[in-house]
Formats: sequence, C-alpha cells, structure tokens
Amino acid sequence: MLIHTAFGRAEQVARHWTRASCPVVIHADSAVPQKVYDDFAAALSDDPLIRFSRRHRCDWGTWGLVAATQDAAELMLADFPSVRHVYLTSGSCLPLRPVEELVAYLAERPRTDFIESATTAEVPWTVGGLDEERFTMRFPFSWRNSRSLFDMSVAIQRRLNIRRRIPEGIVPHMGSQWWCLTRQTLSAILQDPKRPIHDRYFRSVWIPDESYFQTLARLYSTNIESRSLTLSKFDFQGKPHIFYDDHLQLLRRSDCFVARKIWPHAERLYAAFLGEAAAKNRAEPTPGKIDRIFARAVERRTRGRPGLYMQSRFPNRGWENGVTAGKYSVFQGFAELFEDFETWLARTTGAQVHGHLFAPERAEFAGGQTLISGALSDNARLRDANPRAFLTNLIWNTRGERQCFQFGPADNVRINWLIARDPNAQISVISGAWAVPLFRSNADFALLRREAAALQKIEAKMLDELRSPDVKARIRTWSMAEFIEAPMEPLQVILDEIGQKSQRRLAEPPRMTDLTGFGQFLQNLKNEGMHPYLMGDFPVDPAPRHGTPQPKKPYLVKKSAG
Amino acid sequence: MGLWQSYRLRLQRRRWRVRAFRKRRDLHTVANRTGQIRPSDILLFSTARNEGVRLPYFLNYYRDMGVNHFLMVDNDSTDGSRDYLAAQPDVSLWHTAKSYKRARFGVDWLNWLQMKYGHGHWCLVVDPDELFLYPFCDTRPLRALTDWLDASSIKSFSAMLLDMYPKGRIDAEPYRPGQDPLEIAPWFDAGNYSISRNPRFGNLWIQGGPRARVFFPNTPERAPALNKIPLVKWDRRYAYVSSTHMLLPRGLNLVYDEWGGEKASGVLLHTKFLDTFTAKAEEELERRQHYGASKEYIAYAEGVRENPELWCKWSERYINWRQLEILGLMSKGNWA
Repeated sequence: MLIHTAFGRAEQVARHWTRASCPVVIHADSAVPQKVYDDFAAALSDDPLIRFSRRHRCDWGTWGLVAATQDAAELMLADFPSVRHVYLTSGSCLPLRPVEELVAYLAERPRTDFIESATTAEVPWTVGGLDEERFTMRFPFSWRNSRSLFDMSVAIQRRLNIRRRIPEGIVPHMGSQWWCLTRQTLSAILQDPKRPIHDRYFRSVWIPDESYFQTLARLYSTNIESRSLTLSKFDFQGKPHIFYDDHLQLLRRSDCFVARKIWPHAERLYAAFLGEAAAKNRAEPTPGKIDRIFARAVERRTRGRPGLYMQSRFPNRGWENGVTAGKYSVFQGFAELFEDFETWLARTTGAQVHGHLFAPERAEFAGGQTLISGALSDNARLRDANPRAFLTNLIWNTRGERQCFQFGPADNVRINWLIARDPNAQISVISGAWAVPLFRSNADFALLRREAAALQKIEAKMLDELRSPDVKARIRTWSMAEFIEAPMEPLQVILDEIGQKSQRRLAEPPRMTDLTGFGQFLQNLKNEGMHPYLMGDFPVDPAPRHGTPQPKKPYLVKKSAG
Repeated sequence: MGLWQSYRLRLQRRRWRVRAFRKRRDLHTVANRTGQIRPSDILLFSTARNEGVRLPYFLNYYRDMGVNHFLMVDNDSTDGSRDYLAAQPDVSLWHTAKSYKRARFGVDWLNWLQMKYGHGHWCLVVDPDELFLYPFCDTRPLRALTDWLDASSIKSFSAMLLDMYPKGRIDAEPYRPGQDPLEIAPWFDAGNYSISRNPRFGNLWIQGGPRARVFFPNTPERAPALNKIPLVKWDRRYAYVSSTHMLLPRGLNLVYDEWGGEKASGVLLHTKFLDTFTAKAEEELERRQHYGASKEYIAYAEGVRENPELWCKWSERYINWRQLEILGLMSKGNWA
C-alpha cells in the first residue's frame, strides 16, 4: 500500500485488510514529515500483519514509485511465505467488497496475473502526446515541477533524433499501475539476474510506474488477464476521478473489488464499505456499469452542450460545436408575398412561428407576446445590444420546439452572417419581396423610392453574404418573379425539410397578395431612376395581353390539387 | 496580448494592492479571531452595511457548507449587526465609517484583508445577500470542491449572479431573521443573459436577467454585470479589480472554456429583492455610495415606486442546482 497523505484513512483500510488475515506492507512517501510518520507507524504497531518498507521519494511519474513498490514487494514475499497474490493499492483505494470475496476469487485463479498491459501502439490513453517516445527518450526533468525544461529536453531529443536502445527482450507495455500479481511472476521480476539492466533502463523512462511491471510481467507470466482489479476512472487530462458519498450506489453496482480514488472525507463511503459485510456475492466485476457517467463528464468538458453560451462555456468562433442549440427556419419575403403567412405556416408545420424577430421596433414573438421562454424580452434595445445572444438564447430556451421567423432588409441585419454560418439554420429568401409592402402602402412616391433604394441595397448585401463560401446554413433563394411562377414546389420542399407534421402533399396553400399593378409600380420606380432588379423580371401589367382580360393571379389555389 | 499591455496590467495590479495597503487604515478591529485560522481552512470575506436581518441565515448557510472562518467588514451599520457579528465565535470583524465608494465599493478593504489573511487559502468573497451554489452542493461539502480544484490545478471558480425575486410586489412579504430568503423569492429568469468578452482583462461580461429586463430596458449597456469569480485560491499578489467581477493577474479570469467545452461553474443566488430592498434603494439613493454614480439605484428607486413586480409568466421557480445545470446557467464541467 503506497501512501502519502490521509493517514487516518490508510490506517482504517490497512486494518480492514488484516482483519481478513491479509498481510499489508505499507510504504510512506519520504516527503512525509518524520513525526507524522512515526505517529502513524506507532498507531499500527499492534498489528502483527503490518510491515513498513524502506521509504522513497515518490513524485508523480518518477522512478521512486517503482523503487518503493519493489522494496515493499520484496518485504512482502520474504516476510509472509504463504502469500500467493500481491495486490498493489494506494492510501486512497477502498475495498468495495468483503476481502473474503477477493480471496476466494483469487484462489479460484491461482496462476492468473491481473495487470493491465498493452503495447503503446494499440492504446489511445496517453495524455500529453508522448507514447512510444516515453520509452526511447530520456527524461531528466520533472514534468510537474519544471515543465519548460521537460518540454525543451523532449524537443532537443526529437530534433537531434536521439533514441535510446531498449534492452534486449523487452517489449514496452503500459497500463494501470494498480495490479495484482502472483508470487511466481513477481519474484521472477524481482530476482531476475538482468534486473539491474531493467532498472537502469526504466529509471529514465517517463512514468515508469505505468510500464515497469506491465512490461516485465509479459516476460514471466504464464497467464495475464490484462485488466486491473482496481476500479479507476480517468478524466480528460489523465487525472483520476474522485469518488464521493453520492457515488455509493454506483460503486455498489460496479461489483469491483477495490476502487480509487476515494475522497478522504467521504464518511459514508468508508462507513458503508468498511463496515459489516453484505450478502455473499460472487459476481464478476463490471466497471462498465459506471463508465457512462464518467464518459459524459469527459464529453461535457471537451465538447459541451451545443448552442449553449454561458459563464463557463464561451467558445471562440468556429469552435461552437453547433452555433445554436436546434434547427430553425428563416423566411425572407414570404410574409410580404403571402397574406397571413405566419398563421398558415404555424398551422401547417406545428412549429412556433414568429414575425420579424429583428424588426426595428420590437421582436415580434409568436402570438404578440412581449416576453417568451426564458423571460426573453421583445425590447429592441435589449435585443440589439447583443443580437447574437438574443438568437442563441431563443433557440436554447425553446430546444425541442422548432422555431421559424421572418427576416428582411428592414430588420436589424447584423445577425445575417451568424445565421448564414449556422448549420442549424434553414434560410429561404424571396428576393425583392420587400417591395410589396411599399407597393401597397399609401406613402408619397418620393419616400417610397428612397426606401426601396435603401432596402434593395441592404438585401443585395445580405444575398452576397449568403453566397459566401463559408456559409453553413441550408439556403434557398428565388427572385420574386421566379417564385411566383411556381410557388408550390419550393414551399413543399421547405416544409418537407422542416418535416414536423403532414407528410402529405400540401392541401391548402397560403393566399398570395393581390399583385395587380405591381409591375407598373416597379416601372414607376424605374422611371424615377431607381432600378429594382432583385425581384427579377416583372412585366408591366396587365401582363398577358392575349387571353383572358381578368388578372390571373390573386390566388394560387389552382396548382394545389396534386 | 503584447508585452506592453502585460506590463501595464502588472502596474495596475500593483496600484490596486498599494491602494488596498493604504486603505487598511480605514479598518478598526472589533474582533480579531484570525489566530484560530488553520492552514487548510476555507475563508469567507464580506462587507456588510445594515444587513442585520440577513446575517443569521447567511452565517449558517455558509457554516453548513463548510466555511471555517468569516472575515467581515462592517461599514458603519446602525442596526446592531456589529454586536451580533462580534459575538460569533468564527467571525473576525472590522469596522469602518469611511466611504464605501472611496474604498472602490469595499474592494480595497477586502483586498487588504485577503492579502493579510487569505494567502494560501481558498477564499470565498460574497455579499450577505448572495448564496453560493456549486455542482453537487447538496451532497458534497465545499471542501470536496476545493480539493478537486486543487487536484485539477484550477485557481479560480466562477459563479454567475442570478437575481431571485418574489411573485407579486417585492415588498409584499416581510423577511424574518433566520428565514431562508428563497421561501419568499424563489423565482428567476432562465434564459435572457447576454455575454461578451472583455478584451482587456480576459473575463466574460454577463448582463441580463430581471434587472436588465425591468430597470434597464432602454439603456441595456448600463445594466449591472452578473459575472463573478467569488472563489479563489488566494495568493497575496492577487487583486480583485472591480467587485468580484474580475481579477488580476488575468489568467484568473479564464474561468470559461474557449474551445467548445464546459468548465465547472456555480451560481450566486442573489436575494436582493426582498421587502428590505425598497428601503435600501431609497437609502442608497441618498448616500450615493454605489457604483456608476448609483445609477443602478436611481433606476431601481424609480422602477420600484412604479411597479415592483419582476415576476412574469416565463419566470422559473428555483428547485435545486441540477435544475440550473440543465438550464445551462451553471455546469458540472469535468466533475462527476
């Protein structure tokens, strides 16, 4: 048992082992003050099954840990001849099942060595980028205390292509440092005539405690089970997860024999597992049962929740892992071209349909609400102080419900680029449709002309943005003339993509605004020197001279039959 | 960031520390029990003025959490809270009648106390109306968090301010000493916070919530900052710059992940909006001792007189930290 802190807990666990007549050899880090160590040793002196081995300095990832283990193991094998398996634990390990069950389990497998051991090429465990190199370089500097020197020495060795020779017969393996080896294997490793060679080699390997026994066991063992009997979970930095009181049920369900690391103040865990034995249990350890929760923690720390912006997640551009939290649709020009488009869209798709969310006066939330999910306000100044946050908040707050909103050149268009590079956005644009409200309004023509010029300029710029190569949204654009020719097909495609309700063909199309005189209106603009081009080619009506004298297109019901 | 700016920030940090050192003369010891502080203790620093009614609940809340010692500055209270605090066995108390404003809203005083007593300790800096929440706070004591932060080499921990309010008028239900303020004010805004990065100090700047919605709809840029970093493994070279919103050196402000992941974070439940608030807003208005020429309080006083109702149909009722985690207001990060 290797310890360096929390001596009270170490004493508790050591006595737990000896109570089941398992001898314990304790190694305490030589950094522990002599006084503390003496008190600790004195407290355990009444127990005949406990020994203390020679103390080494055990810095993380250094040879000291291996040397300590070697000495302790030698002492164990020499002093307790009846020992068949030696289990390496630490002071923060906690036996989860009665020791008798572990003893019985090992007795059934008298020749098996439980040691996680894999070649570097085959496992992705390594953190810090060194895998094979940890066996072919020298590491004279501490990674913890003098990181820059460590990095520099690695860089120099890489540059000069310095490689150490690996001693003959050795194939580097790595794995968890917490093993359980048989007397046979362990003594073969410790009594090997070539041990000085091995020791010299591993002394300057990086993190030898995860490779010394793991490599050498391969030389002598007849039967390796490449897994650790100690349950140990690692986070994304390769640091062990710590178990607390609230993990009690989780640890029970794992059926593992020993777990680490336990928080020293986890009173309930120590009380529960070192207390009375539970009912007999011969189950195989199944650490997989608790993998999920820890895998999720790693996922949360490295990828996070898509579309969430908060105090501890504020991704740089391009690293959002989802600019927004869910899919949404942006309609430009539809509400202008169709009467009551929003109501129709809400009825057809079942989505939440807003008006112009970025309108100059206020955010036109669905149903005329002034506040919406998450207490998001419709106030235009609050919104425009950070339009990006407004949109990402809205999508985050309503996750699970598809959002649709109207957009156009008269709105705050600063948000256009964010939407364009968001894969969750579906953008449909009928260009030039902003002219319809102007056409129907009753304002002075000079004013309309100025307005039209301004809107056209803005929309042209928006369309340019939508054509940029970096765009990620699903974008469709039509000129108004093009759209009016065959409105049903594009609508059907858009709705299919939203795909919430009816898979059937569109039964009821939206009603198009009466466009009689629109061509003339455009012509008037042209005559005034303002050239409207975004809506495409509109004939001055009455369009078709031949045929029926009646204007043909107030409704488009005709095409819907299909 | 260039060397030049880095140098300037270093100078600025020095200035705040010198200032804190000068302001130590503002403070007069009432009860100094700092001798009790053991090397591993978790310390809490706070400034209070006429918060007597809140103190019993405040002290017990943090004692239960695992705070070992309280270091408090009493800014000339007249409600007897000085005697109350001085009588607590785990409180060290200083008194000052000097200007809160000229001590940069108490920051100088607390910087000084932290410099002197906080070195090497985990220090929590909160106001008496702030209740700290962190992931697993219902099952793990604060020391579990600080041990984990130590093991992960994390030096500062973020906890955003979350304004809590009652349903109905703010002054409808009187708050009794010792009462859980969340019984009266359990509501909050879940999703209307806007965040931007402060390029100079590297911290995030968060605004929003009911205060922006109700009191600052037309001047959102003036809405109070909600980002806070209240828990820091203190070193005497550190300094808070403005309240606990940001610190120097800048590295301590990097409590957020920039590459898509989530770091662990908590929340400060801000229980300012109790019946005590109306009186407080009026008083602060007269004293003009608060940030930004007390604009915040002017706005409050006006807003409150008109219609002190912060609740709306989209308000969320507080249940526990897991709820706040799911809503995306805080995160477990890598802690499981």
